[in-house]
Amino acid sequence: MAVAIVIAALVLVSIAFPLFTPWWQTPLISNWHSIDSALNITLWVCGISFVVLNVFLAYSIVRYRHREGHRAHYDPESVTLERRLTVWTAVGIAALLAPGLIAWKEYVTVPKDAAVFEAVGQQWQWTFRFPGKDGVLGTVSSRRVSPDNPFGMDPNDPFGRDDVLVESSEVHIPRGQPIKAVLRSKDVLHDFFVPQIRAKMDLVPGTVTYFWFTPQRTGTYEILCAELCGVSHYTMRGTMVIDEQPAFDAWLAQQPTFAQLVAEAAPAAPAAAPTPVISVN
Amino acid sequence: MAYSTIADDARPMHHPKTWVGKYVWSQDHKVIAVQYSVTAVLVGVVALVLSDLMRLQLAFPGMLKFITPSAYLQFVTMHGMIMVIYLLTALLLGGFGNYLIPLMIGARDMVFPFVNMLSFWVYLLAVLVLMAGFFVPGGPTGAGWTLYPPQSILEGTPGEHWGIIFMLASLAIFIVAFTMGGLNYVTTVLQARTRGMTLMRMPCSVWGIFVATILGLLAFPALFVGAVMMMLDRVIGTSFFMPALVSMGQQTNYNGGSPLLFQHLFWFFGHPEVYIVALPAFGIVSDLISCHSRKNLFGYRMMVWAIVVIGVLSLFVWAHHMYVSGMNPYFGFFFATSTLVIAVPTAIKVYNWLLTLWRGDIHLRVPMLFAIGFIFTFIHGGLTGLFLGNVSVDVPLSDTFFVVGHFHMVMGVSPILVIFGAIYHWYPKITGRMWNTLLGQLHFWITFLGVYAIYLPMHYLGFLGVPRRYYALGETAFIPHSAHVANEFITIAALIVGAAQLLFFYNMIWSYFRGPKADPNPWGATTLEWQTPETPPGHGNWGPKLPVVYRWAYDYSVPGAPQDFIPQNVPPEREPLRPVT
Repeated sequence: MAVAIVIAALVLVSIAFPLFTPWWQTPLISNWHSIDSALNITLWVCGISFVVLNVFLAYSIVRYRHREGHRAHYDPESVTLERRLTVWTAVGIAALLAPGLIAWKEYVTVPKDAAVFEAVGQQWQWTFRFPGKDGVLGTVSSRRVSPDNPFGMDPNDPFGRDDVLVESSEVHIPRGQPIKAVLRSKDVLHDFFVPQIRAKMDLVPGTVTYFWFTPQRTGTYEILCAELCGVSHYTMRGTMVIDEQPAFDAWLAQQPTFAQLVAEAAPAAPAAAPTPVISVN
Repeated sequence: MAYSTIADDARPMHHPKTWVGKYVWSQDHKVIAVQYSVTAVLVGVVALVLSDLMRLQLAFPGMLKFITPSAYLQFVTMHGMIMVIYLLTALLLGGFGNYLIPLMIGARDMVFPFVNMLSFWVYLLAVLVLMAGFFVPGGPTGAGWTLYPPQSILEGTPGEHWGIIFMLASLAIFIVAFTMGGLNYVTTVLQARTRGMTLMRMPCSVWGIFVATILGLLAFPALFVGAVMMMLDRVIGTSFFMPALVSMGQQTNYNGGSPLLFQHLFWFFGHPEVYIVALPAFGIVSDLISCHSRKNLFGYRMMVWAIVVIGVLSLFVWAHHMYVSGMNPYFGFFFATSTLVIAVPTAIKVYNWLLTLWRGDIHLRVPMLFAIGFIFTFIHGGLTGLFLGNVSVDVPLSDTFFVVGHFHMVMGVSPILVIFGAIYHWYPKITGRMWNTLLGQLHFWITFLGVYAIYLPMHYLGFLGVPRRYYALGETAFIPHSAHVANEFITIAALIVGAAQLLFFYNMIWSYFRGPKADPNPWGATTLEWQTPETPPGHGNWGPKLPVVYRWAYDYSVPGAPQDFIPQNVPPEREPLRPVT
């Protein structure tokens, strides 16, 4: 008896919790409304199922608790009832799956006009690279990574010379256009996670991964590492600043290109290329 | 039955002559079951203490000076690995599988008693090697229980020199032990059933353990090869899982391997592993619910098929752990669909448990309380699985506390509630004594309410985006102060639940020596293990003659029968005529 009352009470607590909780999704700053709505649909369908099933559980316990002289029914199976329950459950599951898969279709389809930036992970910091005015990220190789060449750039690749290298954990990106985050790790697994964007993806050494989003609100947001990467995993933070386009252009203009860095390292070399501007197309 | 069972073999059994032969080098499945269970529970206590230490660090960062970031990750890793493999798998299959299979199917023992004994001793060796990891230079590995390379064997991760080697070795040894036990369980179920015990008359407990064991035999080899390959990467410098990479700014000699290959191997084992734990729990709880509500299990055939279908499907869903791993994102469509399909047979199981209670005669004894607690936590954990299985919904939630809350509800708390229920249920048969009811009830209430207090808030921290496996949250703009308060609350609940387990241990140990003598069949159960001539059952289980089975395992409250249960070995003619309706 007590257990039925407690289960009913726990159902009430579980309903009240999301109504009063101070912990809910952070305000969305990207285009991923479809992820949030798939999550909300799931929450409603699951929440209702949770309440219905547990109320039935609590009611059955009260209604059919042992009393003297009472005897259970002999009730081996009901093919009709089981078939109906199976079909309706399948319908409910399909209703959850559809919005999830539709959102995923969007997730895996990077818009053709997306700008590109690269986030590079290493234990335990973030650095970033922009493709420069040619719009192409230059070739890199983890074999070339060294203190003098932290990004592992290929000095002979012409596409790499105008790449903008951001050797700080703060990156700026422009608001209002789709942007593809290309992810690369120099050492172990990491994960580029800004909760307000919703989208995230692991960085995997030996391969290049990506995801895309459209920043819709300016502001400063924290980048966390969400894939265990060693003892200082929890300190691997970065900062993402979403700017309006002019502010972003100004920030990018202050960052050095690979060619400039090479020139600084070897003062005898010819003058660096002119400051690039990010190209969208 | 046309076949003659191995159990009818007239040759004399191996009879122990000495105390050592009876209780140490024993080939009796019941002794081996107790050896497995006690070892699993003891190592589980280590994992429980580790979890409380982790919680203390999360709630009060830096309060305990010995919990450094390295130690924290080592606790995370060892807690997870011990709980999943060395406690849950070992206890449900090595413990309950060993005890219940021969008794429930009417056999005298496992078909390979010597291999069965060897299985336990090899398991014990695996546990000792695992525990030795605590004492090697650098301590145990802190790579997370998933042991993802490259970080698990590189500098920057605790235990990357010796801890990881001990971990991998221990896993390989465990798999050897499991294979010896597992082949035994499968063969015994298929070959040693007594006359009349058809497959579709077996209790659900046996079905759950049987299918889980087959899954284990198919899935553990993937972990085994993963462990061997990683061992080679670590010790002789091969590059199975290691691409060209830099470690702590230094170039390494690794080249050309794939970290994702390990993840596929790991989860090809890892997801079936969830069901290796869940299916025996499903089966056992079905029998507990049926027995204590004095009603036949509703939809037995559907329940059996659901177990089989879940088992088969569970081999095709592994990459739902890898939606954001960087694998080809198009896999997401397939694995989201296969994962959500599994929800259908799983939901049927829940419906049938509820429909078993419906129109029953529910006795709220301690085992039943745990079974009801399981239904509640499993509904919760099962439904949150629909979030994580549904690929795009998983993206914001993966690697957050939502995941921690989900898998603890569904494969931590739920099976453990069943295990407690099962221990209370079968204790009178195993020991011949009865436990103390009041302590049992107290243990249930604190555990049940406590775990919900621990895990419910975690789901909401996960919605917020609080990442898991963080030594400390520090100052993070999107995490409000109240989340830190929640962490303190969760920790206090975890400490209370941890301490409450002392009630269980006290009850079990005290009752073993001082508990009142138990009836041979205190719950009025139908299954064969309650019909043994002796309690606890003697060597060979059945005395001179094996039982013969005439009916299914769920003849409770049959109309017209004098009692509200008819044991499986009662022939039909002794049953009074049913009233004509």
